Amino acid sequence: MKKLIALILAILMVASLAACGGTDTATKDEAGKADASSDFKMGVILIGDENEGYTYAHIQGIKDAAKSLGLADDQIIWKYTIPEDETCYDTAADLADQGCDLVVSNSYGHQSHMQQAATEFPEVTFIAMTGDTAKASGLPNFCNAFTAVYESRFVSGVVAGMKIKELVDAGKLEDDNFDADGNVKVGYVGAYPYAEVKSGYTAFFLGIKSVYDKVSMSVQFTNSWFDLTKEGETANQLLSQGCVIICQHADSTGAPSAVQAALEKGDVCYSVGYNIDMLEVAPQAALTSATNVWSVYYTEAIGAAMKGEAVPTNWAEGYAKDAVAITPLGESCAEGTQEKVDEVIAAIKAGELHVFDTETFTVGGKKVESAFATDTDGDFVPDADEAVFDGYFHESYFQSAPCFALDIDGITLLN
Amino acid sequence: MAKVATHKREPLVRIAKRDSMPLWQSVLIRVLSIVLALVVCGVIIYMLIKVNPLEVYKSMVEGAFGAFREDYKFFNRRTWITIRDTMMLLCIAVGLAPAFKMRFWNIGAEGQILVGGIATAACMIYLKTLPPVLLFVCMIVASLLAGALWSLLPAIFKAKWNTNETLFTLMMNYVAIQLTSFFVALWENPFGSNTVGIINPQGKEGWFPPVFGLDYMMNVIVVMIITIGMFIYLKYSKQGYEISVVGDSENTARYAGINVKKVIIRTMLISGAICGLSGFVAVSGASHTISVNTAGGKGFTAIIVAWLAKFNTFTMILISLLLVFLDKGAIEIASKYDLNDYVASMITGIILFFILGSEFFVNYRMIFRSKEKGVQ
Repeated sequence: MKKLIALILAILMVASLAACGGTDTATKDEAGKADASSDFKMGVILIGDENEGYTYAHIQGIKDAAKSLGLADDQIIWKYTIPEDETCYDTAADLADQGCDLVVSNSYGHQSHMQQAATEFPEVTFIAMTGDTAKASGLPNFCNAFTAVYESRFVSGVVAGMKIKELVDAGKLEDDNFDADGNVKVGYVGAYPYAEVKSGYTAFFLGIKSVYDKVSMSVQFTNSWFDLTKEGETANQLLSQGCVIICQHADSTGAPSAVQAALEKGDVCYSVGYNIDMLEVAPQAALTSATNVWSVYYTEAIGAAMKGEAVPTNWAEGYAKDAVAITPLGESCAEGTQEKVDEVIAAIKAGELHVFDTETFTVGGKKVESAFATDTDGDFVPDADEAVFDGYFHESYFQSAPCFALDIDGITLLN
Repeated sequence: MAKVATHKREPLVRIAKRDSMPLWQSVLIRVLSIVLALVVCGVIIYMLIKVNPLEVYKSMVEGAFGAFREDYKFFNRRTWITIRDTMMLLCIAVGLAPAFKMRFWNIGAEGQILVGGIATAACMIYLKTLPPVLLFVCMIVASLLAGALWSLLPAIFKAKWNTNETLFTLMMNYVAIQLTSFFVALWENPFGSNTVGIINPQGKEGWFPPVFGLDYMMNVIVVMIITIGMFIYLKYSKQGYEISVVGDSENTARYAGINVKKVIIRTMLISGAICGLSGFVAVSGASHTISVNTAGGKGFTAIIVAWLAKFNTFTMILISLLLVFLDKGAIEIASKYDLNDYVASMITGIILFFILGSEFFVNYRMIFRSKEKGVQ
């Protein structure tokens, strides 16, 4: 009996190996077609894969850049779902071993592991996207980049402001939509109480105020970068307090879905999203989303690396290079929104409009005269690089990561 | 037998327990199961991406032991990472062995690793000015104590009130994860990152020093000492014998005058302490940081290792290596053929399925209905 089973197994093995062996030539041919025009090679370390919105945007950005730069598929090595631990360092070092000239990681937590690899492989350029330690590290081959997303947050605020103005003018708001001082209530589903988040919601709030001044905003943090359920619950809490507009830091569809449900029940409420078009989950409630156009940066950085030029240590561009945008406006947007948006974008591009113009906000009732951008001694309080000059706070000026962390008047933190 | 006679029809296949099997046969069955699993994986891979499975297997080997180029050296970076991860998994499995041998289901290795890791990270952060030898003593003692403490609670409850240790140790994992989140928030660097980042990147205080110029040699030394020690402890010491008696039958143990409660608590302390020490190896010897993913499911994978090796710590080396090899190989093919990592999980799943299945054929034999008997 045993012999019989062994025999069957043996035959099965041989047969399947033989069947597979036949395809050998076909695959070799394909590999032979590789583009030999350039020996440039790059590696990409991703926190997620194409099923996750944030990483998907980066993958698309790199693919678009590769297309316009004429980079072949086999010149890019993709590493998906790399956690923020030593695996990131191992992967970065392994990519360098494989002959990559450029290694990019897309999550903040990859940064210190990328930096470790950068010290070890001086001939390879490492880019930690959204990171902030490149400048302080003093390593010429270690870079950070982030878009000036506060600009598109501001523009998405303008869209929300237009809607609020329309609702007030048409008398559609009820008493509980106004606070004691007669300001229209706006809600914001924050992530963590950190500079990146603060910079984002402050820019959004100032965008609204640039259109309709009498607003106040409540911010509730979820203490998570991505949590569908919690963001939905937080949106519902803010709605129950009478908020008319719900905006969000993270890119989950939790809040827009909640707002859509409330709108269908008859509440007056609208949603402004982030990163992805929310119209699919909230066709009536979604106004727009602020987004990044990563391909702009990737084309510049990869292009520089291909030519053997230095990649900028800190890169932060916005509308000036079309590195940020807002998604197509939803059907609920107020009349004339597109024209207003175009006008604001043009002003930002021309350098006439500054998002953090110190004339437009106060802290503790006073105009801001001075604020530092960089923390040099590690106590988490910025102590160097005066960011307020020429009448506005210079966000993403000294380093690519956002650093605006002032709590301005009109915004209430609920937790 | 009388009962069999009353049946008109005998089933096609009957399953009977084997008494024993020659070693070469059991090895052959296990090897065959792996080969068969690779064949099945090959067929599935071919159906999915139309790539020659032999190429795919070659990629898997390259993923674990480095790309085969002209200047190929066996001890390259990838091989060392495979060795490092094997040692990590082995260390946890060795920690689980005494508890499992006693039939105490310690599902809490994840938590014990985490608290060991927290203790190690704390030493690295607060005691980095100490001389290196002293710092290492502190880290080792702290991680051993933390792991032991984490297993002491379920052990006492089991010994005194016979609570279910599976649930208890499992729930302790979640407590440890929350505790880790707390310390990550406390030590986060830079502020706002929600990660601790690499601890002491400049001076490398508390990092395993290179031995003979090899970064991960220390991991091998530490884990091999524990592995050999545990083998001797389980096989030749009186306490090791007590563990197997308690595991086989608590009543027998009691009859033989063994203090069962004492053995349970003592064994669990040892088990937890070694799992805590794995946390030390993970933090000081590999990641140099701490996060809720420091254990990363290895505490559960190690259970498979311990079981498949039947608590023989030397067999565990092979099983750990196999699992790490599969993991590295699967990651490589996912990257090379632009598949996502579900394929990696699929392949690992298929191979584990076959390995576990082979245990059935090692322990049982199938008796087919034969012509003569069928006439009865």
